[in-house]
Amino acid sequence: MSSLDTTLGHGAPAHAEDNYLTHSHGWKSWLLTLDHKRIGVMYLCSTIASLFLGGFFALALRTELLTPGPTIAMIDHDMYNRMFTLHGAIMVFLFIIPAIPAGLGNFFVPVMLGAKDVAFPKLNLASYHLWIFGAVFFVTAMVHGGIDTGWTFYTPYSVTTPANGVIWATMGVFILGFSSIFTGLNFIVTIHKLRPEGMTWFRMPLFLWALYSTSVIQVLATPVLAITVLLLTVERTLHVGIFDPALGGDPVLFQHFFWFYSHPAVYIMILPGFGIISEIVSVHSRKHIFGYRFIAFSSLAIALLGFLVWGHHLFTSGQSQLASVIFSAISFAIAIPSAIKVFNWLATMYKSSLQLTTPMWYAFGFIVLFLIGGLTGLFLAALAVDIHLHDTYFVVAHFHYVMVGGTLLALFGGLYHWWPKMFGRMYNEFWGKVGAVLVTLGFNVTFFPQFVMGTRGMPRRYYSYLPEFQPLHVASTIGAYLLGFGILLAFVNLGVALFRGRKAPTNPWGGATLEWQCASPPPHDNFSVTPVAHDPYDFAHLKYDEKIDGYTSRRS
Amino acid sequence: MSTAAAQHPHGGDEHGHDPLVAHHFDTAQQQFDSGKLGIWLFLVQEILFFSGLFCAYAVYRANHPEIFEFAHRYLDVKMGAINTVVLICSSLTAAWSVRAAQLGQRGLMIGCIIVTIACAFGFLGIKYFEYEHKIHAGLLWGEKFNPKYAPGDHGDEHGAGGHGSGTEAVHSEAANSVPNPADRSGSPGSHGATAQPEKSAPSPAATHVAAGDAKVTTPRNTSIFFSIYFAMTGLHGLHVIAGIIVYIWLLWRALKGEFGPKQYAAIDFAALHWHLVDLVWIYLFPLLYLIR
Amino acid sequence: MNTLVGSMLSQLVIAGSEASYWFPPQASTTAAEVDWVYYFIYWISVFFTVMIVSAGLYFMWRFRSKKTAGAAAAAHNTALEVTWTVVPGILCACIFYFGLTGYMDTHTPPDDAYVVNVTGVKWAWSFTYPDGTVSDTLHVPVHRPVRLVMTSEDVIHSLFIPAFRTKQDVVPGRYTEEWFEATETGEFTIFCAEFCGTKHSEMLSKVVVHPEGDFTKWLSAAGNIHERMSPVEAGELLVKQRGCMQCHSTDGSPSTGPSWKGIWGRGEKLADGSSVTVDENYIRSSIFQPQAQIVAGYGPVMPTFQGKLKDRDITAIIEYFKTLK
Repeated sequence: MSSLDTTLGHGAPAHAEDNYLTHSHGWKSWLLTLDHKRIGVMYLCSTIASLFLGGFFALALRTELLTPGPTIAMIDHDMYNRMFTLHGAIMVFLFIIPAIPAGLGNFFVPVMLGAKDVAFPKLNLASYHLWIFGAVFFVTAMVHGGIDTGWTFYTPYSVTTPANGVIWATMGVFILGFSSIFTGLNFIVTIHKLRPEGMTWFRMPLFLWALYSTSVIQVLATPVLAITVLLLTVERTLHVGIFDPALGGDPVLFQHFFWFYSHPAVYIMILPGFGIISEIVSVHSRKHIFGYRFIAFSSLAIALLGFLVWGHHLFTSGQSQLASVIFSAISFAIAIPSAIKVFNWLATMYKSSLQLTTPMWYAFGFIVLFLIGGLTGLFLAALAVDIHLHDTYFVVAHFHYVMVGGTLLALFGGLYHWWPKMFGRMYNEFWGKVGAVLVTLGFNVTFFPQFVMGTRGMPRRYYSYLPEFQPLHVASTIGAYLLGFGILLAFVNLGVALFRGRKAPTNPWGGATLEWQCASPPPHDNFSVTPVAHDPYDFAHLKYDEKIDGYTSRRS
Repeated sequence: MSTAAAQHPHGGDEHGHDPLVAHHFDTAQQQFDSGKLGIWLFLVQEILFFSGLFCAYAVYRANHPEIFEFAHRYLDVKMGAINTVVLICSSLTAAWSVRAAQLGQRGLMIGCIIVTIACAFGFLGIKYFEYEHKIHAGLLWGEKFNPKYAPGDHGDEHGAGGHGSGTEAVHSEAANSVPNPADRSGSPGSHGATAQPEKSAPSPAATHVAAGDAKVTTPRNTSIFFSIYFAMTGLHGLHVIAGIIVYIWLLWRALKGEFGPKQYAAIDFAALHWHLVDLVWIYLFPLLYLIR
Repeated sequence: MNTLVGSMLSQLVIAGSEASYWFPPQASTTAAEVDWVYYFIYWISVFFTVMIVSAGLYFMWRFRSKKTAGAAAAAHNTALEVTWTVVPGILCACIFYFGLTGYMDTHTPPDDAYVVNVTGVKWAWSFTYPDGTVSDTLHVPVHRPVRLVMTSEDVIHSLFIPAFRTKQDVVPGRYTEEWFEATETGEFTIFCAEFCGTKHSEMLSKVVVHPEGDFTKWLSAAGNIHERMSPVEAGELLVKQRGCMQCHSTDGSPSTGPSWKGIWGRGEKLADGSSVTVDENYIRSSIFQPQAQIVAGYGPVMPTFQGKLKDRDITAIIEYFKTLK
C-alpha cells in the first residue's frame, strides 16, 4: 500500500517500489510492450495528439467563418472543404472512438478486474500498431491529394471527387476499424473470463458494464463499416457500380451501410463516458450509486437499440416513409435509457457526502452538456421537425453536444479522476476547476448559437453564408477560442502535475473499486495476489487518513 | 491472432506456472476458454463483414431480379459444384485434424492438415480457371462488362477455347445492347426468350441468329451481377488465401511437434475459422450459381 | 447571452409571417404545424433542463462535505426509478406522434398540385415548368400546391427552403419529390443542404412566390424571351438561368471554367496542345460537346447542353459573348 516514494521521469530512489513506468527502459520497451497499462498510456498520448490536430483544424474553420465571405486568404473553398473533412475524420476515427475505450479502458479494465493483463496481450499491442498504421494512412491522405468528402464519404461524391486522398482515407478507416474490433474483442473476453473471485456480473464496476456494451458494438458494427469502405475503395478504383448511379448503382445504399455502423459508433463514443461519470459521481459523492441495475441495463439497452436506429440519418434521403416512421419510433425509445442515467446520477448526489473535486465538476459539466445534447436529439428524432433541421447547424450543434460534451468532458473527468492512479501524482485542484469551467463555458458559447443558426436555416458544411448569420457565427468563433484555451489549460495542469505534483496516495478519493487497492502507479503485474471483489460502491469501510491525505480500508 | 496470444506464454513464470499457460491466466482451462470465446467473437465479426455484401446482393436481387436470372447463366455450375465438394472435404479434414491432435495421433493430424491445404489450393485453382474465362469473355464489372457471347454458350466457348475468333466480334456487337433504357420495363417478359439459345445447338452461329432476332437482350446494368459476383467470391477467395497461410503455419508448428492432447487450441481455432470460410461458400454457391 | 435569454422568453408568442428568434418566416401551409411540434419539444426541454441543472447545482452546494465525512448510506428506490422511466417514455411517445402527423402532412401532396421539374447540378438549380420554360429561380403562385419532381445530374444535392420548412435530397439516377403550398408572396432563399463539392455554399437560389394571376404573366413572359428581348439580353438571361455563371466569370477571373471576358475572337490553347480561335462554331461545339476541345488548364467537368438549348439560344449567347470585351 505504500508506493509513496515512486517518482516519475527522473531516476527512482533505490528503495522505490517497482512500477509499470520504471519496470523497463528504452523506446522498445514501450513500442513492443505487452503491458496493457503502457499500451493504454500510448493510446492516450496518440489520441490526444489527434485531438490537437483536429482542434487546430476546428479553430482554422471557425476563424474562416468569422465573415460571410473569404476571411483568411489561404483558405479557399476547396481548402475549407478539406479542413472540415479532416476535422471530422480525425476527431471521430482517431480521437473520440479510441480515446476512452482504448486509452483509459486499456489501462483500467484489467486493474478493475484485479487481473494481470487483458486476455490477449499480443492482440492488444497489434490493435495499437494498427491504430498507428491507420493514422499514417490519414496523414498520407492529407498530404497526398487531400480529401474533401466530409467524414461520411457519401457516394457518388466520394467516387467522383478529384481529391485523390479518398482512397488513403478509406483504407485508413478500414485499418482503424480492425484496431477497434480487436480492442472490443479483447475486452469482451477479458470481462467474461478474467473476473476475480467475488465479482459477479452485478458486482462489476459500471465503467466495465459501459465498456462491455461498447465492445459489443465495436465487434458487431465495425465490420460493416470495414466492408463498406472496402467497397467504396473498390468502387473508386475499379468502378464496380455498386454505389455509383452512373453505372447503375445505388448511392443511398451506401448511406444505409455507413450509418449502420456510424450510428452505433455514436454509442461507442458516449457509452464509455457514461461509465466514467457513473464512477466519478458515486466515488466523489461518497455514496452508493443509485439504481445500479438500471444503469447497467440501460447501457446494454442503448447498445442493442443503437443498432436499430440508423435510418434516422436518412429521413430526407428518399427512403420509404414507412421506414422513416419506424426509425423515428425506435429513436425515441433509445432516449429513455439515456434519461434514466441522468436521473440516477442526480439521485446519487442527493443526500450524499459530496466532494467538490475537479472530477466532480467535470461530471456536472458532462451532465449539463449531455442533457442539452440528448434533449435536442428529440427534435431530430421527430419526423416533421427533422425535415427542417436535417443537415443544418442544428445537427452540428446537437452531435457536438453529445460527442464532444460527452466524450471530451468524460475523458477529462476520467483523466482527473485516475491521473493520481496512473502516474502517482496529484494535480492542482484550483487550476483543474478553472479548466473545467472554461471548457464547459467555452463549449456552450461555441455551440449554443449553432442551434439558433440551424433552426433559422443555416446549412452545414458552408464555406460562405448569408450576412444575417454573422453575429451568431462570431459568437461561436469566440467560444471556440475559449474552448480551445480551456482544453489547453486542462492538459497543461495535468502535465505540470507529472513533474511538480504532490505524490499521490493509493486511494486519494476513497474509491471502492479494485484499482484503488493497487499502488499508485500500479506495479508491472498489477496485483501479486488476485484480490477479492466486494460491492464496488460500498464506501463504508473506507476511512480518511490525514497523514497520507488518502483513504484506507478497514476491511483488510 | 487471438490463437497466437493464447498459445504463447510471455513474461516469466515466476509463480511456478505451467509453461504453456500465459502469466495472466490462472489455469490452462481459463486460457483455452478465453481463446475459444475470442475466436467465436472473431467469427461473429467475420459474418458481419460478409453481411454487407450479402445485403448488397439482397437489395439488388430484390430490385432487379431480371439481372440475376439472366446473368447467372454465364456461370459454370459444374465448376461451382466441384468447388463446393472440395471445400466440404477440406472442412472434414480440418475437423479431423483437431480430433487427431486431441488423441495425440500426430501422423494423422499432419496428414489432415496437408489435405486441407491441398483442397484449399484446389479450390483456388478452379476459381482461377473461372476468373480467367470471365476475363477473356468480357464478363466483368462496370464499364468493363463487354460479353463476347450470350449466356448458355459458355460450355462450348470454354471447351473449344475459341477466344478471339472472328465470329466473336460479330456477336459481341449484337448481344451487347447493354445500355438500352427502353429494355428496362419489358425485361421480365423478355427472359423467357433468353432460354432459347440454351436449348438450341451451342454453336456460335446459333447465338448470332438469336442475338440478331433481338431475343437475347442483355438486361440493363447486367454488369452489377458481375460486380457482386467478383466482390463476394473475391473476398471469399482472400479468406481462403488467409486460411492457407494459417494452415501452413500450423503445419510448420505441427512438424516441430508443438501440438498434442494438451495443446491443440490453435488447430481447434483455425478449424473453426475454416468452417466459416466453407460455410460462406455454401451460401455463395446457390445464391450466385443456382438462381432458378 | 443577454439577447439569447430575452429572445427565449419572447418565444411565448408563436411567430407568424415575420421571422422569429428561432425561425425564418412561416410562408407555407405546413410551416406552422412544424413550428408547433418544435415548440412542444422545446418547452419540454426547457422544463427538464432547468429542473435537472438547478437540482444538480443545489445538490452540489447543499451536500458538499469535508473529506473526513463518513460515506452516505446506500440508496435504491424502484418506484422512483420506474417513474422516471415511464414518464419520459410517455412524453417521447407524444412527441413521436406529433412528429409523425406533421410528417405525413408535409409528405402527402394533393392530387391537383402544380408540377415543376427540378434538376440539381454542381452548383446550380434549374427549374422546368410544364410548358417547357426553364429558369434558375423557382417561381410559384401563392395558395396553390406545388409538387417538385427532382433529380440530379451528378452528385447528391438537397433542396432546402427554410421558410417552407421543407427539404428533400436530390439523388442522381432516381426521382425524389417534395411539395408545399406557399401562403406568403415574396422571395425566399433556397439552399443546397447536402454537401456537393467546391461551391456547395454558393448553390443558392430563391423561390419567388407570385400573387394570384401574376404567375401566369411571368410564365408567358419567361417562355418567350426571344420575342421579348434583344439577342444580347436573351443571351445574358440564358447563361444566368442555366447556371453557367457558377463556373464562368465575366470579369476575367478564372474559375472552374475559363472567363468569358474578351472571349470573342480570342485564341485559346487547348489541353491537347493545339490552339483554336473562338468563333461561332467553337462556341456552339463547346456547349454541345464540352469535352471535345478543352482549354488548357481546366478539367473536363462541363455537362453537355445538347437538347437543352436550341440553336436560337446559342445564337443569342454568341451575341452576348460579343459584348463581353
